[in-house]
Amino acid sequence: MSSLSSLFNSSVGKKFAMGITGLFLVSFLVVHCAINALIFVNDGGETFNRAAHFMSTNILIRTMEVVLFLGIIWHIVQALVLTGANQKARPVKYAAPNTGSGSAWYSRWMGLLGTLILIFLILHLRHFWVESRFTGLHVPAMIIDGVPHDNLFAEMKSVFASGWVVVVYILGMISLAYHLLHGFQSAFQSLGINHKTYTPVIKNVGIAFSVIIPLVFALMPAAFYFGMIE
Amino acid sequence: MLNAKIPDGPLEHKWASYRSRTPLVNPSNKRNLEIVVVGAGLAGASAAASLAELGYRVKCFCFQDSARRAHSIAAQGGINAAKNYQNDGDSVYRLFYDTIKGGDYRAREANVYRLAEVSANIIDQCVAQGVPFAREYGGYLSNRSFGGTQVQRTFYAAGQTGQQLLLGAYSALQRQVGTGSVQMYSRHEMLDIVMIDGKCRGIIARDLITGKLERHFGHAVLLCTGGYGNVFYLSTNAMGSNVTAAWKAHKRGAWFANPCYTQIHPTCIPVSGDHQSKLTLMSESLRNDGRIWVPKKKDDNRKPGEIPEEERDYYLERRYPAFGNLVPRDVASRAAKERCDAGYGVGASRMAVYLDFTFNMKRYGTVEANKQGLRDPSEEEIMRMGKAVVAEKYGNLFDMYKQITGEDPYEVPMRIYPAVHYTMGGLWVDYNLMTNVPGLYALGEANFSDHGANRLGASALMQGLADGYFVIPYTIGNYLSGEIRTPSISTGEQAFADAENNVRDGLDRLTGIGGNQTVDHFHKRLGKIMWDKCGMARNREGLGSAIGEIQSLREEFWKDLRIPGTQHELNPELEKAARVADFLELGELMCHDALHRDESCGGHFREEFQTEEGEALRNDEQFAYVAAWGMNGKNWDLHREDLKFDNIKIAQRSYK
Amino acid sequence: MNITIKVWRQKSNTSPGEFKMYSLSDVSPDMSFLEMFDVLNEQLVRKGEDPVAFDHDCREGICGMCSMVINGQPHGPLRGVTTCQLHMRSFNDGDTIVVEPWRAAAFPVLKDLIVDRTGFDRIMSTGGFVSVNTGNAQDANTLLVPKPDADEAFGAAACIGCGACVAACKNASAMLFVAAKVSQLALLPQGKVEAKSRAERMVAQMDDEGFGNCTNTYACEAECPKEISVEHIARMNREYLKAKLG
Repeated sequence: MSSLSSLFNSSVGKKFAMGITGLFLVSFLVVHCAINALIFVNDGGETFNRAAHFMSTNILIRTMEVVLFLGIIWHIVQALVLTGANQKARPVKYAAPNTGSGSAWYSRWMGLLGTLILIFLILHLRHFWVESRFTGLHVPAMIIDGVPHDNLFAEMKSVFASGWVVVVYILGMISLAYHLLHGFQSAFQSLGINHKTYTPVIKNVGIAFSVIIPLVFALMPAAFYFGMIE
Repeated sequence: MLNAKIPDGPLEHKWASYRSRTPLVNPSNKRNLEIVVVGAGLAGASAAASLAELGYRVKCFCFQDSARRAHSIAAQGGINAAKNYQNDGDSVYRLFYDTIKGGDYRAREANVYRLAEVSANIIDQCVAQGVPFAREYGGYLSNRSFGGTQVQRTFYAAGQTGQQLLLGAYSALQRQVGTGSVQMYSRHEMLDIVMIDGKCRGIIARDLITGKLERHFGHAVLLCTGGYGNVFYLSTNAMGSNVTAAWKAHKRGAWFANPCYTQIHPTCIPVSGDHQSKLTLMSESLRNDGRIWVPKKKDDNRKPGEIPEEERDYYLERRYPAFGNLVPRDVASRAAKERCDAGYGVGASRMAVYLDFTFNMKRYGTVEANKQGLRDPSEEEIMRMGKAVVAEKYGNLFDMYKQITGEDPYEVPMRIYPAVHYTMGGLWVDYNLMTNVPGLYALGEANFSDHGANRLGASALMQGLADGYFVIPYTIGNYLSGEIRTPSISTGEQAFADAENNVRDGLDRLTGIGGNQTVDHFHKRLGKIMWDKCGMARNREGLGSAIGEIQSLREEFWKDLRIPGTQHELNPELEKAARVADFLELGELMCHDALHRDESCGGHFREEFQTEEGEALRNDEQFAYVAAWGMNGKNWDLHREDLKFDNIKIAQRSYK
Repeated sequence: MNITIKVWRQKSNTSPGEFKMYSLSDVSPDMSFLEMFDVLNEQLVRKGEDPVAFDHDCREGICGMCSMVINGQPHGPLRGVTTCQLHMRSFNDGDTIVVEPWRAAAFPVLKDLIVDRTGFDRIMSTGGFVSVNTGNAQDANTLLVPKPDADEAFGAAACIGCGACVAACKNASAMLFVAAKVSQLALLPQGKVEAKSRAERMVAQMDDEGFGNCTNTYACEAECPKEISVEHIARMNREYLKAKLG
């Protein structure tokens, strides 16, 4: 146990924690994105609402939801700890900016991107999660096979009728894209995975992932807003 | 006559019998014995680490901010060892023979034989430390050849062998620092030794950050402080390389041997202007694959590529067919000077010759094409592949050349010219590496011992590590076994106080001059005198006038120098000034030694003494001795150590 | 060339510092960057002013002593080049060049552009070695090393310990420096024996020295004068995790 606690107190261990939690969140994105993409079936939300119903009633998924929140919190807390320590590591800043192409801007600004994502996330949770778990949706349930299902589809439609919300969501997804662009391959590096053959593959998969997932997410509010989904 | 304390018996048994018979110090006594090591290059780091491993209490000093930065790090080409891994006829004797001959029969047989004997252990030790030497595909160590030899015995790590060896020694040193066996003092400069009852008992060092003077006791003191090539101002040495430690010891009674033996390295990047602060070496290993030439026509202004093959003079291959471009450094340097002086030099200054890789790029390219099964490859394809092979071998050197000159050596031949590189002279030591001052040792380039009048390539790394890893751990016991009853001496002793005051006054004198000129101003002038009159070629008249010029320059220095600040702070100008003050005295001794040696040998070439073909002409009758100079007021007394060659037939050195 | 340099001046570790501007005329494009400083210092001394203190020694790009952040970039604008090998032909006539010391809590400024990098030595003394005493070694060729491993180890061993990685990193992290040594020795059979404990000890000391944490921006690799790859950082992470989790 002492070696585990010393691991997470060390710089390398903290990176490891960021990487592990990051990859875990990445796996959540895949599930979330896949299910939400069911809106594009364009069947009035039936398929999507069925899937959402399953997700909200399955005990395993509900357990994972708790784990997910713990993961997010760990990721954020660790980031704050690291950022604080990193600030202390250079008390006097440089006067001249580094104009060279030493590193990507989004790699240097992960904290800011993460903060933007967090702001988006709070809004997003308020829109959907709080409603469906606690306060109840604004829209009536959809009856499928005689069973009432939360009509999250209709909820989305009503939330995304507002232009500013759509803009905020799209900005949130742009932040997520850049966050992933760094974070995806970086997580593997932190886990000690760097290989002449596989790392280029990981990098390319990471780029594709960082583009596709946020793009699909961003298309959802846009599609509702422009009435492409009925 | 000096007694070098060479063990009796046949040459090949001397070291073995010495080791069997020399007195030992038992482990519990070692813990009470303190050793001061000054310098943390190959010799210093390896000595400090090895002695600490044995149990001695070691203090190690260097003026750089870390022990890893000593100038050993800049050695490029490689390290010799008589391993005979290539099955090409190498042996301990042959390495010994090559080194004695390369040194123009002015080195001590017993020391050189011991060096050749331990050379193989060095490679073993370094590999065990994790030094990443170049390897073949089978996983075995790779070798290449160097000047002055006909076998492949040089081990290397790309063009950074010195770096890798030093980092190996540094890691061994840091390991001992970690256990507390070595106390490391970086950014400290030794400014005097302390003598008590005729023995060296410690040093005075200046903390370069605070300027504070410190006293350090040692039962023995090891000077591993490198060479004095910077007396020439421009050299391949680091900016901080200096003679100060050795010179202070000299002033306290240690003899300085063969100061005039200076190695001028043939393949350096030529001087580009007055602003130049140092010269950069292009490794001798390049001569494995580069051919040296000048145009056959005087003052030829054509670009090198426009000069047809038949109008090129490959003068080394012409003059020395047996060794060709791989003649020893002194020979290659003089030959380049001869061509340039005669008006065949190239480049804007006309003080350069070409080092051309085209021929071997073509050769390698053809081999590669064959390997890849290409039929009728074009000239371009061949050159592209050839360049890739050369890049793998020397990439870092080619990049460095391009960086400094702005020219691409893959496309145009390098321009090279000789430059001061290494000093064979140094503190006189006996077989134990002890100077004539009891308790004071000198290791590595700081001593005079193994290279005679000219050092062969890849031998400096060998000697530094031999001294530190495999010689001093044995020989120091010889002295320290007699010191086990000597308790640590308090640094409150009068001798320490006197030495410290002496140093403090000297520094105050420097800061107090209040003149108008900078240190560099004087250093450059000294360098010019030395290069012109005590450089690659010397003569009686020039040396005589150089002595006078140096004396008056020294006087001027002490009247007109300006140093800002005080000694009680980090003051780089003061550090430089203190070193230049010593160079100004050493330069005179070098000229003095060069003037007295009425012969030419190795790096010492007196124009009056040469064969009809312009080769060095030794005078073995009168000068087969080591000239060890002891300071006597303002003059020097000569102490001779006659050199006996019982195992080698002394002959005129020929590389034809 | 006419050049203006804006350089950090600081009398000592405890005193505050500030930028000062100096103009230089007749700068030759063939001069090295440090030779330009020599000229400046020569002028300052003649004027009775304190010359600019800076670290330098070999001036051939291998000792790792020189350390200037030039226009925001450690060792200046060129890739794979130390300050001492940078030449004025890389700048334009009339340029103003900002020169600062390495900035890191673990590298306190001693004077002007000189910083204290002894933290690196302390890290090395905790594990940057193979524990072999002089005389222990077997014949060198009994230890075979595959050429690719030897080459990769050499790539890591090329580190000159200058600290540009720390200076370049937005977090002042020393990961590349430490990883270069951990990785070099982990790649070689003679270093494998202690690979895990070496990583543990060196990382612990690195953390104690007050360097920041690596966030994989790879600025270190980009600014490293020896172009050491961040692959070595991954290898160190691996060795470290093996030590803690294995």
